[in-house]
Amino acid sequence: MTVLLGSIDLTFLAISLAKIIVLTFMVILPMVAYSVMAERRGAAIMQDRVGPNRTNLPLTLLGFKKDLSIFGMGGLLQPMADGLKFILKEDFTPKHVRTFYFWLAPALTMVPALLTCAVLPFGSELNLGFLGLAHPVKAVIADLNVGPLYTFAIASLGVYGIVLAGWSSNSKYPFLGAVRSSSQMISYELSLGLAIVPVLMVFGELNLGKIAAAQDADGWLVLPLWGDGLSPGRLLLWIPMLISFVIFTIAMFAETNRMPFDLPECETELVAGYHTEYSSMKFALFFLGEYAAMIIGSGLAVTLFLGGWSIPFGPLLGLGYTPGATPLWLGLLHIATFFAKVIVFILFFIGVRWTVPRFRYDQLMKLGWLWMFEIALANVLLTAVIMWLVPLK
Amino acid sequence: MATVVVQRPKLKWHEKAFVLSTLWKGLKITLGHAVRMLQGKTKVTMQYPEQKWDDQLPEWYRGAPTLVTDEQGRERCVSCQLCEFICPPKAIKIIPSEIPSDDPWAKVEKRPKEFDIDMIRCIYCGMCEEVCPEQAIFLRKDYAITGESRAEMVHNKAKLYEIGGVREGLVNKWNELK
Repeated sequence: MTVLLGSIDLTFLAISLAKIIVLTFMVILPMVAYSVMAERRGAAIMQDRVGPNRTNLPLTLLGFKKDLSIFGMGGLLQPMADGLKFILKEDFTPKHVRTFYFWLAPALTMVPALLTCAVLPFGSELNLGFLGLAHPVKAVIADLNVGPLYTFAIASLGVYGIVLAGWSSNSKYPFLGAVRSSSQMISYELSLGLAIVPVLMVFGELNLGKIAAAQDADGWLVLPLWGDGLSPGRLLLWIPMLISFVIFTIAMFAETNRMPFDLPECETELVAGYHTEYSSMKFALFFLGEYAAMIIGSGLAVTLFLGGWSIPFGPLLGLGYTPGATPLWLGLLHIATFFAKVIVFILFFIGVRWTVPRFRYDQLMKLGWLWMFEIALANVLLTAVIMWLVPLK
Repeated sequence: MATVVVQRPKLKWHEKAFVLSTLWKGLKITLGHAVRMLQGKTKVTMQYPEQKWDDQLPEWYRGAPTLVTDEQGRERCVSCQLCEFICPPKAIKIIPSEIPSDDPWAKVEKRPKEFDIDMIRCIYCGMCEEVCPEQAIFLRKDYAITGESRAEMVHNKAKLYEIGGVREGLVNKWNELK
């Protein structure tokens, strides 16, 4: 027992706890709230509207003349107001539902979405020497050697939340939504997994942190323009990597039930799909889970294909990562770069949502099984052939 | 039978594969709208309580119906109750009264004792204005009629004259100077 207690590294525990709290509760959850806001404002500017621009700090309640708008931009407190509204609303459980599963389902959507952020390297490393730490702190909660596998394993649990919601609601529209969702997720998880096989072949590595570091040194997968990226082998591999990136992105849209693939919700056909019977905070959990999955998915795509936290042409500009000797400001800059990329990716998500109409169900299945699956398989083969013919270095 | 058979458009292979050309076309439209919006070139909804369209109201705008007085301060209404009868949603309620004989306008004989317009019922059709033989009821340009209770939404005589004000130079058939 004493040996066990003695083997626990308290510094490590404290740092991990700090990382969990900061990343999950102070970065990801506010990002979820504000991506909902960005979605609404983004939709508005694409549709020639104004969007929510009224919610400010309610100083009028305290007797002031005007509400205070933050940064002079109205409506920035809309997510807080929405959250408050969801908490205060009646939490209604219909008579005809299976209560236990009905309550379990929203948690099963939200929790896996947040769990997957454990392996995302959101920065290179932080040199916290001034706090008396001997080693620089890696900017990832769990430095697992099976990063993408862990992510897929947890992310595919998300479908259980939807299926349980649809089944326990005991009414037809949620049920149809759930059935659609399960078949869609199973179809697209195949292409999602196959799309990253070429990536793993190129790096020979499943640790997301090392994948990002390798891209920092030798060029991103979709932008191999420095370091070893300029070797003929890597330039030739550019083609299968771009194909992989496109397939991964499309499959991710399907995984997160985003617009061209939002058949599980599909408000024009299924009322609100799997969460038709839900209200107040339980509905909000589905909503937040969807956006959290979107953020984590964007993070994964950024890490695998867009170099993660690495700054474009970083090594050439002297902004590259040197293990163990990265100054603190550069570490912070890397973190900022990562989140900037994620935000750009989310904006792309939003742009696509208000651009592309929803697929018909047979088209969805056809695209998944007849196109993406085959192209992903052929892409693995293509990568293998290129790697066999042209040595990478 | 005037049946027109419409052919589905034949899609090219890159359009069928959806990511390649159609997504780009669509994004060009939506992002074009977004850019125009961000540049401030798009005309958007008026921000109502801050901006108002009062100065852009047309001449013929039909707002709240009101009662008016003439230049001598006489109330024009003679309580003939034509507006009450014509009013399609039955929003108007008039209780007529006699003008006492010592009043300078005694020859007009009648004026309303009470004149209520229920603004919850009113449909702003302007029939009361149309039908009034004395040109006593007019639709003004007030459109923001609010109240916290049903009783507040009923405009009584005092309120109607307050919004209506004085209208000069119309028919002056009761005037001495005619």
